[in-house]
Amino acid sequence: MKVIETRDLTKRFGSFTAVDAISFEVGQGEIFGFLGANGAGKTTAMRMLCGLSKPTSGYGQVAGFDVTKNPEKIKKSIGYMSQKFSLYEDLKVWENLRLFGGIYGVPEKEINPRIDQLLETLGFESEKNTMVKELPLGWKQKLSFSTAIFHEPKIVFLDEPTGGVDPAARRQFWELIYDAADRGITVFVTTHYMDEAEYCDRVSIMVDGRIDALDSPGNLKKYFKVESMDEVFFQLARGAKAKE
Amino acid sequence: MRKFLVFTQKEFYHIFRDHWTMIILLVLPILMILFFGFGITTEINNARFAVYDPSNDMATQKIIDKIQTSEYFTLEAYLNNPAEIETIFQKGEISMLMVFSEGFYENMVHTGDAQILFIADGTDPNTASTLVSYASRLIAAFQQEEMGAAGTPPYQIHTEVRLLYNPTLKGAYSTVPGVMGLILMLICAMMTAVSIAKEKELGTMEVILVSPMPPLMIIISKMIPYFVVSIINYLTILVLAVYVLDVPIVGSFFLLTMLSLLFIFVSLALGLLISSLLETQIAALLGSVMGLMLPTVLLSGLMFPIENMPIFLQVLAQMVPATWFISAVKSVMIMGLGVKSILTELAVLGAMAVVLIAVSLKKFKTRLE
Repeated sequence: MKVIETRDLTKRFGSFTAVDAISFEVGQGEIFGFLGANGAGKTTAMRMLCGLSKPTSGYGQVAGFDVTKNPEKIKKSIGYMSQKFSLYEDLKVWENLRLFGGIYGVPEKEINPRIDQLLETLGFESEKNTMVKELPLGWKQKLSFSTAIFHEPKIVFLDEPTGGVDPAARRQFWELIYDAADRGITVFVTTHYMDEAEYCDRVSIMVDGRIDALDSPGNLKKYFKVESMDEVFFQLARGAKAKE
Repeated sequence: MRKFLVFTQKEFYHIFRDHWTMIILLVLPILMILFFGFGITTEINNARFAVYDPSNDMATQKIIDKIQTSEYFTLEAYLNNPAEIETIFQKGEISMLMVFSEGFYENMVHTGDAQILFIADGTDPNTASTLVSYASRLIAAFQQEEMGAAGTPPYQIHTEVRLLYNPTLKGAYSTVPGVMGLILMLICAMMTAVSIAKEKELGTMEVILVSPMPPLMIIISKMIPYFVVSIINYLTILVLAVYVLDVPIVGSFFLLTMLSLLFIFVSLALGLLISSLLETQIAALLGSVMGLMLPTVLLSGLMFPIENMPIFLQVLAQMVPATWFISAVKSVMIMGLGVKSILTELAVLGAMAVVLIAVSLKKFKTRLE
């Protein structure tokens, strides 16, 4: 079952084409890496999929809803974590969870048991009443991710979720992503870190608004005859420069 | 609806947990009204005054005696000719001058046309008007005594007031309406602008925009706490005005409240507009100070009479919402006039509210595209 599907999805700002007729599909429970240099059109593409921005042309559906016709329904079915740290620092851990649970319509009776269960899984029980600003960055990001999937969305969009943390903390963070994918939540993640790209089931690489490559990290490395995703990325980026 | 409630609750948490916000919201207005207010009513003791008395008769001597023996005034000098009037003020030695008409006693008894002119230093209008009103009261008391003792037909002393440097001073009660406008503008516009800019700066706005919260609901949730706080401020100001500063509410309380609610809407919309144009807290803060606070303080008539401004600033002053609000509050609260007398102000403020809300909602929406 395809939870994300696009055909020739395009976004233009005036004469500038930010996203140029991209077509791809993402299956349920898949971890889909969305790579590209800054300005390649990742963010714009993601905003269209999240229902924040209307496509200029083309088709896209997310969680079964058309991105042009039903953006409000999409918003209810997805979770989102931005590159900036996105919880309220002056609210307690449980208050943040309660807030987003309320906004996403988690039934009132379920909110408290779910908070307790979540904190137990994370080993955060003792921090339930801590102000978020007092937590270390790695914990904040884990909490931020847990908040994004607190309402059990079909898909979670992660926009460079691990900026600023070390590889060990990134590894821990990815454990949470795997857990979510195991539960059937589709993970759509943008990243700069090529070690993270290796963790994805499939990755797409955007260059100048188009998707230039889309496959599993293993296949991509084979195709470009290189050892690491870093080199795959480098070759594609060089292709972009050569055309300019 | 539940979304709306949890989101509004969160806004209250933001306010309650930030000590500085709490101080700005609840303490600052009280301090402002007291500081500005006591500028009006502070008791003045031993203010120095001078006399120009071409008559120099029994009556003028009695009056001068009465004034200088009161606790409020100390006689500094007698002037010998009118030319000294300007210079003695420029030296800053006195704050009030009494000028008696010629043949004072004769006129007082026979023609009833005895005159005293008070000249006060209008650079400090509050002090000036207080001094003049004290002195006038003393003259009135003098007339009362004379009448009682002699049993002669009542005669009149005409007192006339002239304020140097600030001739259009409107009266002592002008400060309360002005400060009310300033505080409501500060709380509603600046705090709303800063709180929306804060979410943009921290990145939480993005997450909220991706959520199923409709944008209009986000905005309304943001405004509600400041709306509530500004109503508290409004009531606090009135209580302080009436019970501490002795400024009565002459007109209809209901009308005054409706007027203030309208002004609060205008201010909230202005705050929203500022926050839709500016991205960071510091920019929103500076934008509010430059764009709202300064015009409100300088152009609304709170500090300086609009009639005295150059024509360019007068035109500019008409665009400041507080100008209209303050003028209407004076009419209702101080002069006790009815709704008919403030129709223009209500219409202008109403139009401003509609335009500002429409423009800022449009701005807020296009930003999402």
